[in-house]
Amino acid sequence: MIELFGTAVNLQPIWLTLEVATYTTIILILIGTPLAWWMSQMKSSSKIVLEALVALPLVLPPTVLGFYLLIAMNPTGPVTEFLRFFGFEGQLTFSKTGLVIGSVFYSLPFAVQPLMHAFEAIPHRLLDAAATLRANVLDRFFTIVVPLSQRGFLVAATLSFAHTVGEFGVVLMVGGNIPGETRMVSIDIFDHVEAMEYTQAHILSGMMLVFSLFVLMLVYGLNRRFGVKVG
Amino acid sequence: MTTKTLTAKLSGNLTLDLGGFKLNSGEFSLPLNGVTVLFGRSGSGKSTLLRAIAGLDKRTRGHLVVDSEVWQDADKLLPTPARHLGFVFQDAALFPHMTVRQNLMYGVKRLPKNQPPADFDKIVQRVGIADKLDREVTFLSGGEKQRVAIARALLMSPKLLCMDEPLSALDWRAKAELLSLIEELVAEFNLPVLYITHAPIEVERLANQIVFMKDGQIETIETLQQALARADSPLFDEQGAVSVLIGQPGLVEAGLREIKLGDDRLYLSPTHDIHTPQVRIRVLARDVSLALSDPKDLSIINHLPTTIDELIPLDEHRLLVRLNLSHQQQLFAEITQASAQRLNLQPGLVVYALIKSVAMTE
Repeated sequence: MIELFGTAVNLQPIWLTLEVATYTTIILILIGTPLAWWMSQMKSSSKIVLEALVALPLVLPPTVLGFYLLIAMNPTGPVTEFLRFFGFEGQLTFSKTGLVIGSVFYSLPFAVQPLMHAFEAIPHRLLDAAATLRANVLDRFFTIVVPLSQRGFLVAATLSFAHTVGEFGVVLMVGGNIPGETRMVSIDIFDHVEAMEYTQAHILSGMMLVFSLFVLMLVYGLNRRFGVKVG
Repeated sequence: MTTKTLTAKLSGNLTLDLGGFKLNSGEFSLPLNGVTVLFGRSGSGKSTLLRAIAGLDKRTRGHLVVDSEVWQDADKLLPTPARHLGFVFQDAALFPHMTVRQNLMYGVKRLPKNQPPADFDKIVQRVGIADKLDREVTFLSGGEKQRVAIARALLMSPKLLCMDEPLSALDWRAKAELLSLIEELVAEFNLPVLYITHAPIEVERLANQIVFMKDGQIETIETLQQALARADSPLFDEQGAVSVLIGQPGLVEAGLREIKLGDDRLYLSPTHDIHTPQVRIRVLARDVSLALSDPKDLSIINHLPTTIDELIPLDEHRLLVRLNLSHQQQLFAEITQASAQRLNLQPGLVVYALIKSVAMTE
């Protein structure tokens, strides 16, 4: 609890939001990179199916996604059982872990699409040239693909982070609204409005507005700065 | 340590199905020395064959042996990074996020420990990029980029240098400069080269042997002289038949450079310095006239005594005359059938070839 403009504001939801968004971003870069690379190298028509699957969270109502995730992650369901096998304790739904898993699905297109486009823009002959200079597959990926996709990585990370911060439906379905545990900032604002606490809602909303504006400016700035250099 | 280098060969039989296009080379065997040009129209499979030889397409099937080292057979496919080769791509393919030096060192750093590195300073000096090592590659001209690409490949001390139309993206000046450079480097580093082009002039300048390709298959493999001896050679374009004479450069006197062809002499304008012990002289058949005696009162400088070998009728009442020079080289002259009748030209007759225009191939 801190005092802002003479009003007590609970910043806990903000910290939780930033924490979840950070984990989500890290996981998305780790999963999204190989997935995006694989997709960027696909030539068959099955690529369309995969692209559509990855883009699903863009069009699905978040509640639909949240509903399926809730079912999938239920405490006696296969996903939880699978994780238990590896020593996982506790449950996925209504927990921070569940929030992160839900966010990974929800923000997947925001990581995969910029990465895929960055990978597709790399001329294949550069990789051929690297192969004739005795670089093996992984070596080529880290010395040619990654540096030439810098912008893609920056955009992917920024958008994944920002999109996770802004989610509502999925976290409400998967995480519920447990104060200090799964109450993220978007839900917190909703609660304040419902309780007619407009001052708190104003302060949190204002902070979100400034944050979002800043992130978007960062993304467009990166686009501009690195846009010319690559290719 | 005997005659290994003399017998070194590139041989194999490669197939590659790209869906719309099939490479089916057939059995081939090439001596690994000098420049072997892969020649053919676009879509004939030159690049596909070169990529298959370099191992750049994993769908390649068949077998390939380079200098008694198996690069591919039924059981194994040696990955490109393990093949002892250098590759120069059509548009240089330099890494845009690295400086010239970083581009050059990329391959050097990855050479196996037991392979002694090539002489870095000598190569960058020789290729003419010593003053550009710390430049960003994005700001280099087309010719400079290709020089870096060539140096990068040479630094791998390759057993085989593959060049895929290295000059096609350059303007004529850079093309001429790089062609000279490649010619000199090949002689200097004694490096077997596989060179793709569809420009006859590059073939005439560089080739020791030519692999003619058509529809994904190797049609024939011929030496340059064999290929140029055919009246219907695919190397002849709209300018008609061409002869390439090989001579030794002599001195420059009175503004003319002497070229020795056995006992005969040719004289031509000294356009640039010559760094090679041999030069190739390109003569268009239509620039060669014939005379029954050696005319003294003529502005044409180059007169060579020759013997008529063969008369080959062309369309439009023209005739291609194959001439034997004194030292076993051949020269084509293109004349009208009317002139041939007037002079009563027959095989075996001694005539003088008057060459209106002679140029070193460039």
